[in-house]
Amino acid sequence: MSNDTLRETFFAECEELIESLTEGLDIVASGDWDKETINAIFRAVHSIKGAAGAFGYNDLVTFTHAYETVLDLIRSDKLEISAEILRLITRSSDALAELVDTTRQEGSASLEPLADLIAELESVASAAKAESPPEPEFTFAPLAVMQIDPIELDKPAGPSGFTIRFKPHASFYLNGHEPRRYFTALEPLGELEIDCDATAVPTLDAFDFDAAYLSWTLTLTGETDEDSIRTVFSFAMGLCDLDITPLEAEDDSDAGIPDFIASTGIGLGEPEVEPVVLPVTAAKPEPAPVAAKAEPEAEKTNAPKAAKSSGNPVATTLRVDPDRVDRLINSVGELIINHAVISQKLESCGLGNDSEIMAALDDYRYLAREIQEGVMSIRAQPVKALFQRMGRVVREAGEATKKPVNFISEGEGTEIDKTILERLADPLTHMLRNSVDHGLESAEKRIAAGKPEVGIVRLSAAHRSGHVVIEVSDDGAGLNRERILAKAMEKGLVPPDAKLSEAEIDNLLFAPGFSTAESITNLSGRGVGMDVVKTTITSLGGKVGITSVPGKGSTFTISLPLTLAVLDGMIIGVGEETMVLPLSSVVETVRPSRRDIHEIGPGECVLSVRGSYVPVVDLAHLFGMRTAKTRPADRSYVLLDAGGSNIAVAVDAIQDQRQVVIKSLEGNYGTVTGIAAATILGDGKIALIIDSEALVGLVSPRRNTRALIELEA
Amino acid sequence: MSEEETQDRGNTIEFVSLSAGGQGFCVEITSIREIRRWSQVTALPFSEDSVLGVMNLRGAVIPIIDLASRLGLGTTEIGSRNIVVVVAIGKRIMGLLVDSVSEILSVESETIRPNPTLRRDGGTSHVTGLLPVDDIMLRVLDLDALFANEAEEAA
Repeated sequence: MSNDTLRETFFAECEELIESLTEGLDIVASGDWDKETINAIFRAVHSIKGAAGAFGYNDLVTFTHAYETVLDLIRSDKLEISAEILRLITRSSDALAELVDTTRQEGSASLEPLADLIAELESVASAAKAESPPEPEFTFAPLAVMQIDPIELDKPAGPSGFTIRFKPHASFYLNGHEPRRYFTALEPLGELEIDCDATAVPTLDAFDFDAAYLSWTLTLTGETDEDSIRTVFSFAMGLCDLDITPLEAEDDSDAGIPDFIASTGIGLGEPEVEPVVLPVTAAKPEPAPVAAKAEPEAEKTNAPKAAKSSGNPVATTLRVDPDRVDRLINSVGELIINHAVISQKLESCGLGNDSEIMAALDDYRYLAREIQEGVMSIRAQPVKALFQRMGRVVREAGEATKKPVNFISEGEGTEIDKTILERLADPLTHMLRNSVDHGLESAEKRIAAGKPEVGIVRLSAAHRSGHVVIEVSDDGAGLNRERILAKAMEKGLVPPDAKLSEAEIDNLLFAPGFSTAESITNLSGRGVGMDVVKTTITSLGGKVGITSVPGKGSTFTISLPLTLAVLDGMIIGVGEETMVLPLSSVVETVRPSRRDIHEIGPGECVLSVRGSYVPVVDLAHLFGMRTAKTRPADRSYVLLDAGGSNIAVAVDAIQDQRQVVIKSLEGNYGTVTGIAAATILGDGKIALIIDSEALVGLVSPRRNTRALIELEA
Repeated sequence: MSEEETQDRGNTIEFVSLSAGGQGFCVEITSIREIRRWSQVTALPFSEDSVLGVMNLRGAVIPIIDLASRLGLGTTEIGSRNIVVVVAIGKRIMGLLVDSVSEILSVESETIRPNPTLRRDGGTSHVTGLLPVDDIMLRVLDLDALFANEAEEAA
């Protein structure tokens, strides 16, 4: 593995760790948490710190260290989780996520913006430490030892000395270790007394040169803690028996801990090694085998590690290069096309549907479909990680606008294609910021309106009839339709005397160049309008809509296809070619009577549909293809909703409606105006998929330039 | 033929000789993926005249380009006897429609004569050299140069 791949893995791990961190914090926020929740949170932060140290991301280490110290105190019951502390650790988690993001993109990150937060964390930590009596912190030691410099860990000062019983195994010597080195390394920690126990050494005739006979009892007095001692022995882990007992063990009120240490010595088992090798599903409990191993000892020692094994089951994940999955999807697509080809050939050979071979071919088709579904589901990912990120966005927006917000996410387990997921982040961020900034009222206004002070922004996802539906809703004041309409008129988006329905007014939000923000706040006015949101969603083959109830709030609904690899298409005939229209933009098909078609110029037509006039696009003419049907009334028309305006597409035939596998044209050829992609039909021939958005631009360039000008303004 | 000339293996280059627009060309064999018969293509709107359309090559959509037309040698008359040479140019795969493909030539690099014609506009010529074989002369075609524009567009 090259360093870069390792680094990629590290950041992928971080993402997962932050995910479980956020998850844990959500549980804490809900109030239904136990010690294990805190442990999980701590472990997540700690693992990031450890691995970041290994990669030399010092800023990350510094921040996670401050963060971890506070979590550590919470974990050891020295710090109560008050609302204030919860806010602090939640904010830190957000900051950490951002820090990781920046580090990933830029290779390093500046701690400057976080200086206040770090200072706050530190002051909380030192205040808590001052309150509680110093006591040895055993529970974390195993995790903490390995990769980071434990000198930095300002753990509470331990007892003024330790007794260390050290018995190396034969493997200790086989690995080239030497006890004396360790004793030398211990010396700086305090005054060291060494007592060697040579009683186990047999007489020469029974002497095995490879065996280890000696054991030592070391007494270390001085201001030190167990962590430091364990660090010294970190390289001997698993190679020796090591018991570390505080000198005043008998005075210690917490009897459980010394017991655990004294009777087992498992402290230096495998678990500590785990964080170093970037655990596969870090921050989940240690892999099962380790936990199982710890069990026998755990029974009598109530070791914290073993307790975890009964917690969440370990979710194992597999990391696969997406390219491989894509190749698989391609091959499966071919398989299905190949099936269609075979079946056509067989039919042309005169084999009917009742023949045995056709029955076998049917099985083949089912299998192929099953494989296709299976492969597609590999690309699908739960929206959870994205939603958690959005939670951060909402909190930040709430802080920036000084509006108290409660973020609720639902349906986090809903799965959606990874590519779609990635491209959803920007539009969702924008919509959520809008919800907080424009949707929610200020706390005073809310109270005046008799609503709870804290506003609610809800993000939900669900599967609905082959689509994923994502909703962003707030319980704010709802859309101010009068203002929207006034604004639209002012900007010339609608004629001043227009009478619009409520839904039409709501949809003005998506018009290019529209923004109701009176002043450009920190949050909105970043050059992204709702029209960009709509464009992004449309480019993903989805739709976005809005409903709003005055005084109750607004809901944005995004409906998306499950995957980008296939598309619901309407198969049409244009001239001699077969083409595909994306079904998501098809409004209806029309077979108009002659008097519904009005020629308004050479080659220019409008179609009247229920009283409104829609421009007609003749695809064959536009794409330079020959067609036999020249009279407008002989043709079929498909009404498309493309970017807010309708157009009617004149086609020669409407053949079918089915799912097609999308094949990019860009890879081998380049972009073609008006064409989004291509697909392969059952007979192996290629059909082009029409880009309905681009058609509008081709039809009315003037309208398009106006939109462009307004975007710039 | 040229096989007999092959002595120094280190400098041997293998070419595929083909004819397009009635002229003889050769293309380095390393850029050729496969050679197949012409089959019907799907026309692309708004494309150059030389771009005949796209074809399904085992699930990949590849453009088919009339080599003669691209080289300014008139259009190839399309019939079932035409051959499509599938080539890889950079990361892109495309098919070149030619009249025929004749043979594989192993030639020593010294036998390739430089192209004596100089372009007045200073642009790179897509014919990098001339290769005499028997009594005819083949033009060594530089596909990268010929399709440089497309490569930029795609990037």
